[in-house]
Amino acid sequence: MAVQALDASRAPIDWQKFALPAVLIVVAYGLIPAYASSYLVEAILLPFLALSLAAVGLNLLTGYCGQLSLGSSAFMAVGAFAAYNFNLRVEGLPLAVTMILAGISAAGIGVVFGLPSLRLRGFYLAVSTLAAQFFVQWALTKFGWFSNDNPSGVISAPRMAVAGFSLDGATGRYLLSVTAVIALTALVWRLVNSATGRNFIAVRDNETAARVIGVPVLRTKLLAFAISSFIIGVAGVLWAFTYLRTVEPAGFNLDRSFQILFIIIIGGLASIRGAFLGAAFIVVFPLFLSRFGAFVFGGLFDSGVLDMSQRIVLGALIIIFLIAEPNGLSALFDRLKRRIGSRSS
Amino acid sequence: MSYYDFLFVIEVLVGGLLSGVMYSLVAIGFVLIYKTSGVLNFAQGSMVLFAALTFVSLVERGIPFALSLLITFAVMVALGFTIERTVLRPLVNRSPMTLFMATLGLSYIIEGAAQLIWGTQVHGLDLGIDDTPFEVGGILISSFDLLAAGIAAAMVAGLSAFFYWTRIGLAFRAVADDQFAALAVGLRLPRIWGTVWTAAGFVAVVAGLLWGARLGVQFSLSLIVLKALPVLVLGGFDSILGAIVGGLIIGASEKLAEVYLGPFVGGGIEGWFAYALALVVLLVRPSGLFGQKTVERV
Repeated sequence: MAVQALDASRAPIDWQKFALPAVLIVVAYGLIPAYASSYLVEAILLPFLALSLAAVGLNLLTGYCGQLSLGSSAFMAVGAFAAYNFNLRVEGLPLAVTMILAGISAAGIGVVFGLPSLRLRGFYLAVSTLAAQFFVQWALTKFGWFSNDNPSGVISAPRMAVAGFSLDGATGRYLLSVTAVIALTALVWRLVNSATGRNFIAVRDNETAARVIGVPVLRTKLLAFAISSFIIGVAGVLWAFTYLRTVEPAGFNLDRSFQILFIIIIGGLASIRGAFLGAAFIVVFPLFLSRFGAFVFGGLFDSGVLDMSQRIVLGALIIIFLIAEPNGLSALFDRLKRRIGSRSS
Repeated sequence: MSYYDFLFVIEVLVGGLLSGVMYSLVAIGFVLIYKTSGVLNFAQGSMVLFAALTFVSLVERGIPFALSLLITFAVMVALGFTIERTVLRPLVNRSPMTLFMATLGLSYIIEGAAQLIWGTQVHGLDLGIDDTPFEVGGILISSFDLLAAGIAAAMVAGLSAFFYWTRIGLAFRAVADDQFAALAVGLRLPRIWGTVWTAAGFVAVVAGLLWGARLGVQFSLSLIVLKALPVLVLGGFDSILGAIVGGLIIGASEKLAEVYLGPFVGGGIEGWFAYALALVVLLVRPSGLFGQKTVERV
């Protein structure tokens, strides 16, 4: 064994493996902060990052562990409101700690609503996750304490700073967002390639079989709920603090939960890259549709028509993807890469 | 507890039971489809919206009541067979979750299309039913609710008769019992699924008219799907009896909780109470009260 390990360490480093992440980091930290317009950052990149992270979290639970959840935006809400309250009530709490505590709060609530999964399967579980959706939204609206007694339950982002640098500008918020997303995505990537990740997949593929070969099913499921909710909670903080800046409980409604579910269906279940591709699609698609509609139909294409046609096209896309490409954009991307690769060689 | 308090409890209970019937009305549409094809049809709510919107728009354009009803039924038949053809057939043999997500997409399409065609404004719907409450032994009962309950009962009786005494009903039951065996004896699954979706469309028309008369025909009508889901979970996805009993339990306890529990937590609990109740029942009986037990194999 020792000899093999030594050999492995001497083996030439596979530079290709590092090429893509390196390029991404250069783009994320170098090119975008330097050249991107504030419209691009505020209207596209910030929602894209928050939704990507939420989708990564949901993908862990639904794509990898096979537990369908319809309550994602409830956990986003828990994260956002927890961060708001930690920031408000604990003097001088660093931003990173606030975000981690918010994630932990979401994870706690996630475990509570994940408990039924120990007994319920499939649709029965999916419906019970709706309980989280409605209960959290109700509690946040009903109890003024959560929003510091704002009559309509609205919370506003506090001033954000790290080590004295203000992060309130568009670029600052972008850097905060992208750092959180990269850090958590790296953790998830490690996780799904570990023994725990394989346990998730075993539970998804056949729960009874997983139990028979000794996978601790109950612990695995609860862990999936906890980690997934943690990530979705942090995504909620990003959504509220970096993108919207002001948010009310109704902003985290069932439609948002479905949106995140649609992201992972379109992007590809059980694929981290899919979460990002799907989120990019969901963010850009309405903008594209409104430009396209205005171009083709002119004045006829008002906001009401846009809203409806957006619903129709989105619904149709979901069905088309489920029929034609169940592995989503991620699989399409792979196929495209292979085709380009085979042509060049 | 005084006599009047007692009367009040009874009145709340009866009101709750009657509104529970309205929930069952929507839930039955789900059960029909789930029983025969194993699909949890999230689009049932949007089908209710679509049916009600089509009907009310036809009536508003001066088409007589009966003819509008006929056209609405025809539209729902067409919709049922189109869905079978374009969504279900290509997805045959895929996991129930995939099918569920497809119906989620479907609900977006139907909602969008319904409002794109008929507009987004709120329509009033008058079925000519008098909604004055009347008194029985000191208890006020809404006559509209009572009539709705009667219609629901008639519909369930009709559906049961259809299931038990017609050839196609027999085929439905065969498919529900064992899809492969049904296929092996020569039943044509696509046609049966098309018919089942049509039957669900029929239920959607009835539910849409009654709910529409109650709430007005508008987008929020499709949200009654969220009222029907806990009913389904409580009763079991594959039992019509479960849908009815579940609806009654949810309706009654929801109203009682609103009156006696609501004031302690600040009210507005009807959004989640049904789910909490269903969850508690599920923890004891994971397949609902009347659902089929699943057997696990490796």
